Amino acid sequence: METILFAAFALATILAALLTITAPAPIASALYLVVTLFCVAGLYVLLAAPFVAAIQIIVYAGAVLVLILFVIMLLNLKPVEEKISIPWHAAGIAVAALLLLVVFLTIMSVSSLLPPASPLPSGYGTVGQVGRLLFTKYLYAFEVVSVLLLLAVIGAVALIRKPDAGETDAD
Amino acid sequence: MQIELTHYLLLAAVLFAIGVMGVLTRKNLIIILMSVELMLNAVNLTFVAVARYTADLTGQVIVFFVMCVAAAEVAVGLAILISIWRHRGTMHIDSVKLLKW
Amino acid sequence: MLDLAYLIPFFPLLGVLLNAFFMRRAGEKAVGVLGSGMIGLSFLFACGAFIAMLGLAPASRRLEIELFTWVAAGKFEAPVAFLVDPLSLVMMLVVSGVSFLIHVYSIGYMRGDPGFRRYFVFLNLFVFFMLLLVMGGNFLIMFVGWEGVGLCSYLLIGFWYTDDAKATAGKKAFIVNRIGDFGFLIAIFLIWTSFGTVQFTKLIPMASLYPVGSGVITAICLLLFMGAVGKSAQFPLYVWLPDAMAGPTPVSALIHAATMVTAGVYMVARANFFFTLSPGAMTVVSIVGGGTALFAATIGLVQNDIKKVLAYSTVSQLGLMFLACGVGAYVAAIFHLVTHAFFKGLLFLGSGSVIHGMSGEQDIRHMGGLKSKMPVTYWTFLAGTLAIAGVPGLAGFFSKDEILWKTFSGGQTVLWLVGLTAAFCTAFYMFRLVYLTFHGKFRGSKSAEHHLHESPRTMTVPLIILAVLSVIGGYIGLPHILAGTNPFGQWLDPVMRPVAEGEVIAHHGEAATEFTLMIVSVLIALAGIYLAHSWYMKKSETVKALGESSLHTMLLNKYWVDEIYSIGIVQPFVKGSELLARYFDVGTIDGLVNGVGSFFSWVGGGVRRVQTGMVQNYALFMGIGLLAVLVVFLMSTLG
Repeated sequence: METILFAAFALATILAALLTITAPAPIASALYLVVTLFCVAGLYVLLAAPFVAAIQIIVYAGAVLVLILFVIMLLNLKPVEEKISIPWHAAGIAVAALLLLVVFLTIMSVSSLLPPASPLPSGYGTVGQVGRLLFTKYLYAFEVVSVLLLLAVIGAVALIRKPDAGETDAD
Repeated sequence: MQIELTHYLLLAAVLFAIGVMGVLTRKNLIIILMSVELMLNAVNLTFVAVARYTADLTGQVIVFFVMCVAAAEVAVGLAILISIWRHRGTMHIDSVKLLKW
Repeated sequence: MLDLAYLIPFFPLLGVLLNAFFMRRAGEKAVGVLGSGMIGLSFLFACGAFIAMLGLAPASRRLEIELFTWVAAGKFEAPVAFLVDPLSLVMMLVVSGVSFLIHVYSIGYMRGDPGFRRYFVFLNLFVFFMLLLVMGGNFLIMFVGWEGVGLCSYLLIGFWYTDDAKATAGKKAFIVNRIGDFGFLIAIFLIWTSFGTVQFTKLIPMASLYPVGSGVITAICLLLFMGAVGKSAQFPLYVWLPDAMAGPTPVSALIHAATMVTAGVYMVARANFFFTLSPGAMTVVSIVGGGTALFAATIGLVQNDIKKVLAYSTVSQLGLMFLACGVGAYVAAIFHLVTHAFFKGLLFLGSGSVIHGMSGEQDIRHMGGLKSKMPVTYWTFLAGTLAIAGVPGLAGFFSKDEILWKTFSGGQTVLWLVGLTAAFCTAFYMFRLVYLTFHGKFRGSKSAEHHLHESPRTMTVPLIILAVLSVIGGYIGLPHILAGTNPFGQWLDPVMRPVAEGEVIAHHGEAATEFTLMIVSVLIALAGIYLAHSWYMKKSETVKALGESSLHTMLLNKYWVDEIYSIGIVQPFVKGSELLARYFDVGTIDGLVNGVGSFFSWVGGGVRRVQTGMVQNYALFMGIGLLAVLVVFLMSTLG
């Protein structure tokens, strides 16, 4: 059962990802990305991480992607002229392929050292357990991330603000 | 067949490679941003998978933080994109080559 | 008093420092008095040292004063040391005494010159170096003084440097001198490698261990002599001396008559312990000296510039001094050096007085009849002329005669004839000079005639003092055959004969020959005077006819030696330098340096193209980097 689900979600993920990067129009690309994110959320569930899956959908698909969609739609972004120069294009593909190859080789060579599937302790991956970890062991990081989000908000607003009449860009 | 960690790692690697190819190949700034999101997701998948197979929840906590940072990054990144759109009227990545010699 | 002798060179040095740095706003008189006073102090101390030394026994008349060790490098040790012995005392007295008179004279001569203070600084500096030269206890200190006087000569010849010709004359002097100095330097190196020391007192016993005529000693002597040829203006390195007349006349008197040019003679005399071991070198010295004496005398016969006549006369007289050294008569050479300092210094100062009175005119064809207008100058000048011509009773007679006698008795009959001919020419051209300058009718311009006046006392008093010395100075060397005891010779003998002791000095049996030769040289001198008289006082036709002859042209053009040097040596050098400058210095060296620069520019021009500005290119390179890291990681964990 798990195998089938994994295979399905995996294939869907890869397909959607490929479509994301090859779609000419940005809006199409965004929508394919949503599909990809959903498939990945599914994979998270398979990996006994329901909380993470929920966050993935709520935050990633539900906030980040919506933000992107807003921008695309508000600015009415159209496809850009994809004038490609063959050498750079080929180099890009080559690098990606080589990267994949190398990582593949690495994984295959250490696969024997990886831990096998084992039964999980109870309560693994639940909100409670994750929350407990978050608020005890990683409390500091938690607080810092909240500051980071604040910074991001301020930064985004600062970048976006149109200068009022009489102010210069630097204000 | 048991799904081993190896499978998840390979999947994540493929996802990552696809993201890299998107960044290096496409010319639309938005699409490049989205490819970066793909790469981040691949990494998240890796963390969660390893957390599952080592029965350590730390991986999931990390993913939590990565997502926060990704959200912040997208927000600022889109703000920049909008600035570029305002100033240059185009989303073509080759229009921002100010660092050219 | 003797151990204070080391102070002697430092008075003029003090004068230099004071005049250069502290007398900026002082008047001419103060500067002149300070400069002259310092030399006066040196002279007094030298006199003191002389008196002290007289009290010592002849064999112990030698004092080495070491100030400090200058160079101590491995086995080479050269202290700053002074050697006070009869020879250096003679030189010290002459240098400081004559310098003092010339300093006083300069106060009057250089009055009103904008470079007055600079003049006295250089003049004092010169005396400092000259005293270092003559007092030095080793070849190195002597060389320091040697170079220093060369420098001061350059500074003083080109004193009025705004005039191109005068500046060039200074350059010429320095460069020609340098050629000689090269030989001197090599000689010092040879001495060091052969003996391990350059100190005179240590070298004297060492030298006697070498056989007579050894190659090393001959080489050393010839190289030392090369230095002397440059400094003392002998053939072929004499060409700078006539040009050096571009400097102020007191400079010509001091440096190019009395002191600097005699440094070469002093050096050969000081190194006599080497020269007596090398008959070959001595032959060279005597031939060069005698040849130059005659050569220069012939040129002096027809020159029209009063200073040029005296310049060639100096070269000729120096030649006689070297002739004396070459036949082993070092005492005679130094004796002539001393008397020459008196009468040549006098003659130059007198010519300076004439030029001063003539408002700058130096051509004797525009002079005449100055006898009545400038009596002191005339009578002192006449005294000097009589001395140089070798008229009996005056200083020059005794010294010149001793040289000629020693040449003849040494078996060098040819050289004796050469010397005699040179003496004849000397008498002739000197009296020609006197007749054309002081006698007859005035041939200059009306305005010059109006300005004719005798010189001020600061100028005439030194003239008188030098004239007195020119007359009576010779008696210190009164030879035995004239019932004298030659005190000068006795004084110097211990220095001149350190190698072979206990030789009998007097040649009793040859007294008659000596007397005969004396008569001969007197007659020759009188013949020269008579010829000059008949040609120039009586205005004979021979003069006019000879004046147009080709012989006259050749002599007037100084045998075209300067032109030959210019075409043969100077111009090829200059051309070669130009080529080197253009192709090597600019082309190669600059090219290399610029080439390195342009190479990096070129590389940069290529490398900068990496900065395309395109984000995706940068991302690509990052990706490649990541790939490389991963590959390395893979290799290290698997391999």
